[in-house]
Amino acid sequence: MRARDAILKRLRERLDGPLSAPESDFAVVTHRGWSQEERLARFERWIASVHGEVIHSPRDSWTETLARVLADKGVRRLALGKEHPVAAEARRALADAEVELVDVDRDIEAWQREQFESVDAGLTSTRGAIAETGSLWLWPTPDEPRLISLVPPIHVAVLDAETLEDTFFDVVEAHGWADGMPTNALLISGPSKTADIEQTLAYGVHGPRELVVIVRHAGATPEAT
Amino acid sequence: MTPVKLYPPKPEKVYFFGTCLVDLFYPEAGLDGIRLLEREGIEVLFPEDQTCCGQPAYTSGYQQEARAVAAAQLGLFPEPWPIVVPSGSCGGMMRTHYPQLFAGTDLEERASEVAGRVHELTEFLVHVCHLKLEDRGEPEKVAMHTSCSARREMGLAETGPALLAQLGQVELVEQARAAECCGFGGTFAVRHPEVSAAMVEDKTTAIAEAGAQRFVTSDCGCMMNIGGRFEQQKSPVNGEHIASYLWRRTS
Amino acid sequence: MSAIQTPGVQTYSPREFHRQAHDALGNPQIRANFRKAMDGLMTKRRDSFGDWELETLRELGANIRLRALAKLPDLLEQLEANCEANGIKVHWAEDGEQACRIVREICESHDARSVIKGKSMVSEEMHLNAHLEEAGIEALESDLGEYLVQLNEQTPSHIIMPAIHLNTDEISEIMHDKTGTERTRDVDYMTAAARQQLRERFMAADVGVSGVNFAVAETGTLCLVENEGNGRMTTTVPPVHVAVTGIEKVVEHLRDVPPLYALLTRSATGQHVTTYFNMISSPRKEGEHDGPKEVHLVLVDSGRSRIYQDDELLDTLRCIRCGACMNHCPVYTRVGGHTYGTTYPGPIGSILSPHLMGLDETKDLPTASSLCGACGEVCPVKIPIPDLLVRLRRESVGEGRGNVPGAGVKRTRKEVAAWKGFQWLATHPSAWRAGTSVAGKLKALMPAKLGPWTDYRTAPKPAGTTLHALVKRHQANKSHQPNSKSHEEER
Repeated sequence: MRARDAILKRLRERLDGPLSAPESDFAVVTHRGWSQEERLARFERWIASVHGEVIHSPRDSWTETLARVLADKGVRRLALGKEHPVAAEARRALADAEVELVDVDRDIEAWQREQFESVDAGLTSTRGAIAETGSLWLWPTPDEPRLISLVPPIHVAVLDAETLEDTFFDVVEAHGWADGMPTNALLISGPSKTADIEQTLAYGVHGPRELVVIVRHAGATPEAT
Repeated sequence: MTPVKLYPPKPEKVYFFGTCLVDLFYPEAGLDGIRLLEREGIEVLFPEDQTCCGQPAYTSGYQQEARAVAAAQLGLFPEPWPIVVPSGSCGGMMRTHYPQLFAGTDLEERASEVAGRVHELTEFLVHVCHLKLEDRGEPEKVAMHTSCSARREMGLAETGPALLAQLGQVELVEQARAAECCGFGGTFAVRHPEVSAAMVEDKTTAIAEAGAQRFVTSDCGCMMNIGGRFEQQKSPVNGEHIASYLWRRTS
Repeated sequence: MSAIQTPGVQTYSPREFHRQAHDALGNPQIRANFRKAMDGLMTKRRDSFGDWELETLRELGANIRLRALAKLPDLLEQLEANCEANGIKVHWAEDGEQACRIVREICESHDARSVIKGKSMVSEEMHLNAHLEEAGIEALESDLGEYLVQLNEQTPSHIIMPAIHLNTDEISEIMHDKTGTERTRDVDYMTAAARQQLRERFMAADVGVSGVNFAVAETGTLCLVENEGNGRMTTTVPPVHVAVTGIEKVVEHLRDVPPLYALLTRSATGQHVTTYFNMISSPRKEGEHDGPKEVHLVLVDSGRSRIYQDDELLDTLRCIRCGACMNHCPVYTRVGGHTYGTTYPGPIGSILSPHLMGLDETKDLPTASSLCGACGEVCPVKIPIPDLLVRLRRESVGEGRGNVPGAGVKRTRKEVAAWKGFQWLATHPSAWRAGTSVAGKLKALMPAKLGPWTDYRTAPKPAGTTLHALVKRHQANKSHQPNSKSHEEER
């Protein structure tokens, strides 16, 4: 505790005396006032600009969209949860498909190498998304752990269009993040990337090479697939 | 960056603070600045006891010496006329750093009062005199180098080019990375000569590549640096203080 | 703290700034690599703020950081309490040495032999890798740029883009030499190869060490900003996660984070957002299936609390480590990051390193700026970097407050005499006039030598007459002919 107390003492007994804290005006990061169409357009434009793939689907047939995506990408083993409705619906829909469903409700220690080497894609739900930056927000759970959006080469994320909000600030405020944070909260905006080799963009450096966002629409689907 | 400045109406008189570099190396530029102001019907007061704004000592860390020199200038402008300075660097020193330099001293109030009246020459010509120019010179391609102090400390990236744009026969060309420092930086050029040299080399190359036959600037430090580099390269590109350039082409 | 000295690693020292600058300036490859990179970064930054009220956002960023600093001791205690309540163990270190020891002891308590690292400038500052290696613990960098730099036995040359001094061919050669990949210009191939190499290491690592971008006092949350996913790997895959950070990285509220994040990514690389924003508030909880079982936070002082004492110097601690100041610095662009010989290069390094290493080690850094102001103009939290450079110059020559280590190191009798002489002349107008009217007299006042000036430029030539003299003549002419020449000509 010695270092702690010494540091705090120095900070408290500041030579130039106590500082006064200014008030903050957050107006610049909120009140965008976008319509749902604008939100969707912005979200899609931004996430596409960093190689995120957006596929729109009617809510009631989204698992067909999923099946098509998995087939197109040649996914043979898909890691996914069980309890979340997204996972549960996907499991039901894919029960007879050729895709092998990999359970993730196991401690990672038991299947780390398997996850790293022989899972083709991870499927997750999302809590919502941010129009301004094209970001998904996820709070991983025991049902959908942290690594399934990171380790497999493809991440398929399911987003409900009506959960789009304008800004990160709006999300933090509207959902009371400060009242209780999960073990891990994530914003994901595209597949993993680097520009460390002479500013040349390359995808999939450590995390997924591909991010596919299936946007589910309760009503009319723009450019329905 | 300085806050948005409210400009006074054109005054009857102004003080002219020539700066030490102009005094010693480019006195004609100072005189041409005075002529431009007089042509607008303004009486120019030149306090004889002016020497240097104190910036060289200030940026070298010699605070006491800078303060003493600055204090000697504070008494030169007793009437409430604007103070016009043909240099963004010295102007920035007086406008921005004088209040800091004297904060907490007896001269604080006077320093702030003087600082509030300081205008860089091109700023004054554009925003206070609303200068109108009629070009009488030959066609020429010119690049403007706005000093970093004028551009950033005083927020005057536009005034020099705005004046040049009024010269019908002058084609203003923009060099690559126009906003980048030329490498003068006062004592920087002597303390880090090789880095400074690399910077001025890039600057002269950019100006030449833009096809400029001449560069103009409102700061004599930059002129000495860029012009000195061109001269050593035996380049045909010449430098001229904007006051002289404007006066020469319109008188 | 001494200059960067990691065994086997190419060393640079701030004491050798001039020599290192000379070498860098003479290396066309280095010059070209930095110029190209910085040009790109400047353009990207400008474009990324396109539709933002940038000044308002910067104002808010500065304000959030100032508020955090104003409440710093309280916020640190709050952070500690909330982290501990969440199960994160908090450690405090007076200096880098102590911080290294804390990390090593955590490693040793788990019999750790292998540490995987996410990008952390504080760990660079405290030379953690060297320290761990001495204890027989291997520390491997996982950020691609850091990994490449480590393979090449170098230190980072930029705080955001560690390998920015290397081009594709050089990187291909390094990877070929050290890891046996094919020589290629195919960036995707090299990236995939690094992915493969590092995935094995993530799985094998006993401990993950990361930095922190923002530590939120209100919730006890550690925020990490990244694109690659190595940060998430580092903080999720190994059984133990140790985050090291400076005590100034704390912010008060969670809502303070979005504006700072928006400023950080745009200022750093011109990105509207990074791929990942990773917020960690606890170790793996009962029932959760992945994530580290232990999370530690090491709060490092290393001179920061001394900076904190002084109202002016305090602004240094606002920094959110975006690197925009170096991207826009004409000096950094010319000499590159290694020339500075410090963990933090460029303008922010020149105002921070003297506090970490002492002015005696770093005396050439505060002067390594033309005070062009580009750094201050782009700083997302409005740190008045040029003013702070001048302040440190003042401290160097013994005219500051004396509260920076090594203050007064540059004070020499000769230079003081020269400036006293300047002061005397400039405060004695008649002597000034007499002096300046004799051309060339002022040369004696030029600090140090004029010599190098004329290696690259012709010498400034005193005009022979002064403005004082010209004005006198001009006024005499005017009073003799009221319709002066100039006025006649105008009409």
